[in-house]
Amino acid sequence: MGGGGHGLATAYYLAKNHGISNVAILEKGWIGGGNTGRNTTAVRSNYFYPESVALYEFSLQLYERLSKELNYNIMLSQRGGLNVAHSEMDMEIAARLVNAMQINGIDAELFDRRQVLKVVPLLNTGPNARYPVFGGVWQGRAGICRHDAVAWGYARAASHLGVDIIQNCEVLDFIIEGGACRGVSTSRGEIRSDRVAMAVAGHSSMLSAKAGFSLPIQSYSLQAMVSEPVKPVLDTALLSIGTGTYANQSDKGEIVFGGGLDRIPSYAQRGNPPAHDHTISGLIEMFPAFGQLKILRQWAGIVDVTPDSSPIIGPSPIPGLYLDCGWGTGGFKAIPAGGWLLAHLMATGSHHEISKPFDLDRFTTGRLIDEAAGSGIAH
Amino acid sequence: MRLPSGGTGITREKELSFAFDGKPHRGFEGDTVASALLAAGVRTVGRSFKYHRPRGIWGHGVEEPNAIFDVKLAGFHEPNARGTTTPLADGLVVRSINARPDASRDRFGFLDRFAKFIPAGFYYKTFMWPSWERFEPRIRAMAGLGEIDREWAPKAFSSHVHDTCDVLVVGAGNSGLRAALAAARDGRSVTVVDEGFAPGGQLLYRSRTADGEHAEEWLASTLAELSRLGVTIMSRSTAYGIYDHNLVCVAELKKATNPPISHRIRPKQIVLATGAIERPLVFPNNDRPGIMSAASALFYLRRHGVRVGERIVIASNNDSTAEVAEAFRVVGANVTEVSSVANVRGKNRVEAVIDENGRSIPADALLVSGGYSPTVHLFCQAKGKLAWSDERAAFVPKDEVQGVKVIGSANGDFRWRVQASWPTKPTKERAWIDFQNDVTSKDVALAARENFRSVEHLKRYTTLGMATDQGKTSNVNGLAALAAFTGRSIAETGTTTFRPPYTPVSMMAFTGYRHGQLFNPVRRLALETEHRAAGAIFGEYGGWLRPAAYDRDIQSEALRAREGVGIFDASPLGKVEVIGPDAGLLLDFNGYGKVSTLKPGRIRYGLTLNENGSVYDDGVIARLDETRFLVSCSSSHVTGVHLRLEDIRQDLFDPTRLSIHNATSRWATLTVTGPKSRSLLDSLSLGLDLGNEAFPHMSWRMATFEGGPVRLARVSFSGDLSFEVSVPQSKAASLFCALREAGARFNATMLGLEALMILRAEKGYIVIGKDTDGLTLPHDLGIVGPRDKRTDEFVGRRSLFTEWAQEKKRRQFTGLSITDGGGPLATGAHAIERVTGKSRSIGFVTSSYFSPTIGKPIALGLIENAMERQGEIIEMQHLGAVRKARVSAACAFDPEGARLNA
Amino acid sequence: MHLICCPFCGNRDETEFRFAVEAGKRRGSVSSSPDEWAKYLYFQNNVKGDTREVWMHLTCGELFILSRNSVTHSIHGSEPVRKAAEA
Ligand SMILES: Cc1cc2nc3c(=O)[nH]c(=O)nc-3n(C[C@H](O)[C@H](O)[C@H](O)COP(=O)(O)OP(=O)(O)OC[C@H]3O[C@@H](n4cnc5c(N)ncnc54)[C@H](O)[C@@H]3O)c2cc1C
Ligand SMILES: [Zn+2]
Repeated sequence: MGGGGHGLATAYYLAKNHGISNVAILEKGWIGGGNTGRNTTAVRSNYFYPESVALYEFSLQLYERLSKELNYNIMLSQRGGLNVAHSEMDMEIAARLVNAMQINGIDAELFDRRQVLKVVPLLNTGPNARYPVFGGVWQGRAGICRHDAVAWGYARAASHLGVDIIQNCEVLDFIIEGGACRGVSTSRGEIRSDRVAMAVAGHSSMLSAKAGFSLPIQSYSLQAMVSEPVKPVLDTALLSIGTGTYANQSDKGEIVFGGGLDRIPSYAQRGNPPAHDHTISGLIEMFPAFGQLKILRQWAGIVDVTPDSSPIIGPSPIPGLYLDCGWGTGGFKAIPAGGWLLAHLMATGSHHEISKPFDLDRFTTGRLIDEAAGSGIAH
Repeated sequence: MRLPSGGTGITREKELSFAFDGKPHRGFEGDTVASALLAAGVRTVGRSFKYHRPRGIWGHGVEEPNAIFDVKLAGFHEPNARGTTTPLADGLVVRSINARPDASRDRFGFLDRFAKFIPAGFYYKTFMWPSWERFEPRIRAMAGLGEIDREWAPKAFSSHVHDTCDVLVVGAGNSGLRAALAAARDGRSVTVVDEGFAPGGQLLYRSRTADGEHAEEWLASTLAELSRLGVTIMSRSTAYGIYDHNLVCVAELKKATNPPISHRIRPKQIVLATGAIERPLVFPNNDRPGIMSAASALFYLRRHGVRVGERIVIASNNDSTAEVAEAFRVVGANVTEVSSVANVRGKNRVEAVIDENGRSIPADALLVSGGYSPTVHLFCQAKGKLAWSDERAAFVPKDEVQGVKVIGSANGDFRWRVQASWPTKPTKERAWIDFQNDVTSKDVALAARENFRSVEHLKRYTTLGMATDQGKTSNVNGLAALAAFTGRSIAETGTTTFRPPYTPVSMMAFTGYRHGQLFNPVRRLALETEHRAAGAIFGEYGGWLRPAAYDRDIQSEALRAREGVGIFDASPLGKVEVIGPDAGLLLDFNGYGKVSTLKPGRIRYGLTLNENGSVYDDGVIARLDETRFLVSCSSSHVTGVHLRLEDIRQDLFDPTRLSIHNATSRWATLTVTGPKSRSLLDSLSLGLDLGNEAFPHMSWRMATFEGGPVRLARVSFSGDLSFEVSVPQSKAASLFCALREAGARFNATMLGLEALMILRAEKGYIVIGKDTDGLTLPHDLGIVGPRDKRTDEFVGRRSLFTEWAQEKKRRQFTGLSITDGGGPLATGAHAIERVTGKSRSIGFVTSSYFSPTIGKPIALGLIENAMERQGEIIEMQHLGAVRKARVSAACAFDPEGARLNA
Repeated sequence: MHLICCPFCGNRDETEFRFAVEAGKRRGSVSSSPDEWAKYLYFQNNVKGDTREVWMHLTCGELFILSRNSVTHSIHGSEPVRKAAEA
């Protein structure tokens, strides 16, 4: 269920890694039309906890060979990603992060102010800058890639391997027999299957309610926007904790940027002025020269936020029904891994080593994987 | 060409000079960049995004796809300015974009010959070997439109105006003005906004109103009446978005060089009279300079006295162009009317039009009308749904949306009849659908062939409708083509989502005052001036601007306080009063340690937890009397603590028996710390016995200072004898002076936060959020009493007993001492453990300083099993370098606390 | 920009408010089972459509119940928490 990146990648790896090609993807709209086609495409693996590193680094490595594997150019641009530090205290946290990453084998570096300004010369260094530049956390292999191409590339490859992609087909309910999931009923009829997985992002709680259980998820609108295209001015994927704004420049020349969640839990795929005012102001505060630009488009996706902002991969309380959700604001970078791990789980019935810590049971045991709690930086 | 007379929008007495691509030109006040260029006979004004095709002006408003310029004027710079909506100004420097050296001689013009190899989506299928990154820099450099000025910084900021009215009319054309008039006559307050330079819409260039009145006369008398009725009419004001609860955002361009004024209007009723936009016809080479919207040609004729050609062909599928033909004949043009076009001759300008019979008609301008698309953007943003109308060849508003009314052409109520003429199959030669983004009917066919049959997929795959004109002229033609090529009806094919903003809006319109220090204002101390006079260097801590140090030598500043006495401004510390008979019980529930057993006059230190068990804050609580407590929390947690106390009060207690009062900003607090602090305070003669017996550690007393109250609390964050002295803010300065004066005799030092951080670290006192993280449980700090002994509920209690909380391997708070004789460890260094050659982090340094008191580096950290590891030597890694440290007690100085109780 | 109605202060700008929790949730306690405690602490119904939620009006400090629609964002009404609890 769900023709986003995670659903499509899962189908592809089921066929490719496990030889299971009798797979259907049910998408209520058009493939890639959810968050996969709405996100700002930052990919990176510079996380704090080893569990997160294992997941996101695995994903980045899959991304690194994906264009060739799918014979579809996903335009992975490893131009480098930077988290800017704005004070001595930020630098201490940055050091804590970088050291953790280096110990976990990630290509992270601690940049000083000079190094930061070398890669992002347009950053605000004026005397009135609210958030002066002290340094930052750099990952050279981080970057961006083309979101639609990821969805389409997986879809095409999965389709070649015999997977059925059914668009305009909304899952309305589950067929539960003897306490186990035996299929789904959809807007286009019933489909029976003994292995069903949901990868429906912001709509996870709706579906889980149909199956009779709730999830540790709250849905929010997350906005993003682009400026009109201009010639290259920003060569990295950049995030500032101070302003709460992150930005990169698309190959087409638009400044693609966003900030925090809208303040109100929501299922409306639509942004609200308070958050975008703040985000745009943050961008101009970081890059005063961008005040010359105009906003071309703004939009929002419904993101599925968990208490620790880490995803949920694993079996659901209903046998035969599997979960891949809770990716919240950061699951684009994890599409290849999410697909691989969910396929493994569905095909073998048991967790891959990497997905084990992300099981739903962590909320009961208390073993949350809270990046923000450990490093001050979430997704 | 400019006619010798005519043009209701220009003032011929006021000539303006400007430059385009380096060449000087002249125009009149009231011209736009586009009208002035047309008047000057400039045909090629730019190049298309991908193929670098020469392009001329198409439209006269926000729909313009081609005339995008770089515009500079006295410090003002807009990289992608739309020529049709940019007013001409004296000295304006206009450059074409995406063209080198200029629009007429663009050296990338050759790309058009390779069009076959670079159709829609070509980049998904190529550039993979050896890797995309080999090609990307060159592709990026080719893409993009204008260039930003890297040195530019905002000088002016937008004002934000919040407003309301009974009726907000968007669009001051025929329908909008009628609606405004009706509402105003009805006694309602009415505001009209319009993106044009003057109200009137089509009435400014059409001769008759919808009801057949003389347009100019009707407009004049209507505007006069509206003005009499007090209706506000705002021109150059674009309603660019309708958001939740019918909030309309309007950007008003008042002064050319200033950012727009941002209006947020919440009317009782919104009337959308936003008109309709003329569509191109889809035929081969329909993008040549000289081909333009018929309505726009009429606009330039009537408003600017510009005749866009002498030999004009008009191609139209509707009868809106009859007036255009007539008007151009009147001004002496040779006009031929055709219903469709087979092709066009001429590259940089139209030379001839080939009609469907293969007849070649010599022409220097081709005016086209492919029908009109209602401007339904705002209606859709307001959650309105559309229906396809074959008769009107347009998507029109379907059901009504509450509070939003759509009228006139925006509602599909056209005056003219349309004979739809959609593309049926891709033509052999390219026919453009999206001019700016270079999407042709062949690209649509390609997308359809590759199964991008959803309009959203079409849009993303071909980039149709994603240019700066946001598809205003191209969307309907594009989906009509897709419908035809996939054998579906247009209604079945549907439209893409209309996303805000309706037209691109300057980023500066959104920022308002949110810039520089005002982006997120720091809080300031009442005594800031005094601190500055005392030589303080300020830093930001938890949102407050506070003295970081007074002495560049922080070590000696700390040492002076340790050995003598220091004065520290602790005013930002939270002071939340909890009042009422149940106050103690409330605080018991709120905190980790029990509070209700505290005796009046006494103070207790404690933690508060999050519901997930992690440490939220720490601080002391003073019992003021039986029913009053004063909660002192971290400066950055004041709001949070206040809210959670309110939450508990309202949820679990009888709120009538309790009240919470945040008194933080009412009091200024100066801490006097060090062995000589008592003597210093004694000399102030507060009339209070400060002796250890009368005033022991962890107690508080009231006294009088300058006739007002002063509260002294004997608590310490330095490990030395300390008194927090609090007075109402109004007395802060005199207290500061008194302490400084008295302090002079004791050689008192001003103590900044940095030095205090060293003093507290010597004692192993934690700073929440620095020495703890979101996973630290109280027992990780070695504080287990309440967990083990309390029998009542408190926030976070249950979480202390989860599997994870009870785990053996937990990161625990500890001291770290240096064993290698080197300097302080880096804060953020990790402790590592090597298992089978691989390193694993077992924790990290959270605080690290050189201690002036003990003359050695000290450090605090969170280390796995630190309690068990006491004495163990561990490896510390920072940026690749490894050092050694010993896990040791957090408190490195005066562990018995003798100095505290002195 | 939502207009939210505080039962005590009337319609105010959304920035004055804070979402607290879904209405009807009961606090757990030390005797909750691990599952019950996890449910209380982390799980929610996260309803798409009409919802009842506890909000706080930050300027007056009162908690109240807000009925609204999480898709259309229309606000249906609000009431003090106490009333809701007693009813
Ligand atoms: C504005 C924004 C910016 C972001 N930026 C980044 C970023 O920079 N980096 C990053 O890594 N991540 C980012 N993310 C997060 C990322 O987009 C998501 O985590 C990721 O795309 C999730 O992929 P998915 O396949 O799980 O979900 P989706 O792509 O949302 O796919 C879920 C699909 O399920 C379908 N569906 C829902 N209900 C049903 C049903 N009942 N029946 C059938 N189908 C159904 C939906 O239509 C949808 O297509 C961002 C998200 C947003 C909104
Ligand atoms: Zn209120």
